[in-house]
Amino acid sequence: MEGSKAEEGNQTMKLYSHWMSSCSRRVRLALHLKGLKYDCINITSVGDPELLKVNPMGYVPALVDDTTVISDSYAILLYLDEKYPQYPLLPQDLSRKAINYQVASIVSSSIQPLQNTSLVNYIGEIVSPDEKIPWAQYHIRKGFVALEKLLTNYAGKYATGDEVYLADLYLAPQLDNAINRYKLDMTEFPLLSKLNKAYSELPSFQQMLAETQNLDADKIFGLVKKLAA
Amino acid sequence: MTTSSGQEESKKLQLYSYYRSSCSFRVRIALNLKGLDYEYKAVNLLKGEQHSPEFVKVNPIGYVPALVDGDILVSDSFAIVMYLEEKYPQHPLLPRDLEKRAINYQAANIVSASIQPLQNLDVLKYIEEKVGPDAKIPWVQKHIGKGFAALEKLLQNHAGKYATGDDVFLADVFLAPQIHGSIHRFNLDMKPFPLLSRLHEAYMQLPAFQDALPENQPDFPAT
Repeated sequence: MEGSKAEEGNQTMKLYSHWMSSCSRRVRLALHLKGLKYDCINITSVGDPELLKVNPMGYVPALVDDTTVISDSYAILLYLDEKYPQYPLLPQDLSRKAINYQVASIVSSSIQPLQNTSLVNYIGEIVSPDEKIPWAQYHIRKGFVALEKLLTNYAGKYATGDEVYLADLYLAPQLDNAINRYKLDMTEFPLLSKLNKAYSELPSFQQMLAETQNLDADKIFGLVKKLAA
Repeated sequence: MTTSSGQEESKKLQLYSYYRSSCSFRVRIALNLKGLDYEYKAVNLLKGEQHSPEFVKVNPIGYVPALVDGDILVSDSFAIVMYLEEKYPQHPLLPRDLEKRAINYQAANIVSASIQPLQNLDVLKYIEEKVGPDAKIPWVQKHIGKGFAALEKLLQNHAGKYATGDDVFLADVFLAPQIHGSIHRFNLDMKPFPLLSRLHEAYMQLPAFQDALPENQPDFPAT
């Protein structure tokens, strides 16, 4: 959790965030890259009244920028990129830009929603607790197979070249989840493994990812169950 | 497979699409709104044609929809629509106002991240096999219901004739197929969602939407 001072007399942005949420991490990485100060408000329970007052949908992350309230990490990131153009999150080249959108979508639509802890817990309830990890690994793996192919001709030091872009903001937290929470075998993903190593060498990324490095899946499921109760 | 008239073969856009795929449906609407001719290339997802050697040669990741524009290949409906928006700016799919743009992005992503992935073929097959054939519909309705409740809240203060005002934008491109599919494929009770119901009626009047309907596609099964 970060606290910060107001910037140049403007209202400081507020980010409602959950410490375990990879969606929140994407936004925090972007805010850091753009050098934007913000108050990080940690939401600890589903239906937190403070969050609902600001964002009736109750989704995190939610960004409050003066009178504008935005939830959904993709929407927040594109909003930030348009309003605060320093450190652009997208390359100029249309083809490379499209690759960034594709990576973001593959993670945000094909992977993250299917491996998020509340859904995995639900699978545990309606199918069996033994199915939780296999379910999560199956969907992560499926998405990673696509990403490994997609980035073959585009990756440089990072996912789509030698600069950190939108794609990297999505990949870094997802890779962390896959490797540390779900213990996915990364042997068939040399490119993604290389990217994960590159992210681990960036101080900003390390700071963001350090929090749950040592928690295993069962602990996390237990925590989420408590939060949702 | 259908070819449309009015454009040289070499310049024609190609869309790899499945008639019933709501992601493909989104792109078809966007292309129609922008008045873009395209060649329809059917990929039968039910038969697994996305894994066929022919399609994988076109799109190594095997995703549908996929757009081919000369040398450029884009897959994923959101990426395709954002690409079209930049390359073919006619009939903008995003409003000028930054806050309204953000509402559009939010609505599109509630559909594409919170709803649609939970109803894709792979997931439904799993639920059917592991829980039971009767579990499929309740599963889908639960997730659609959650997303629709969020959308009703999100759009409350922004909707006009369409989702975010009186013009058709990105939010509508994503909402229209989702609402249509929820009603026709999954028999969702729309009574709790009066705004989305109203939007659905408005979409049904739009030629760009009608032409994109599953039943109007070349690969819609003949009865």
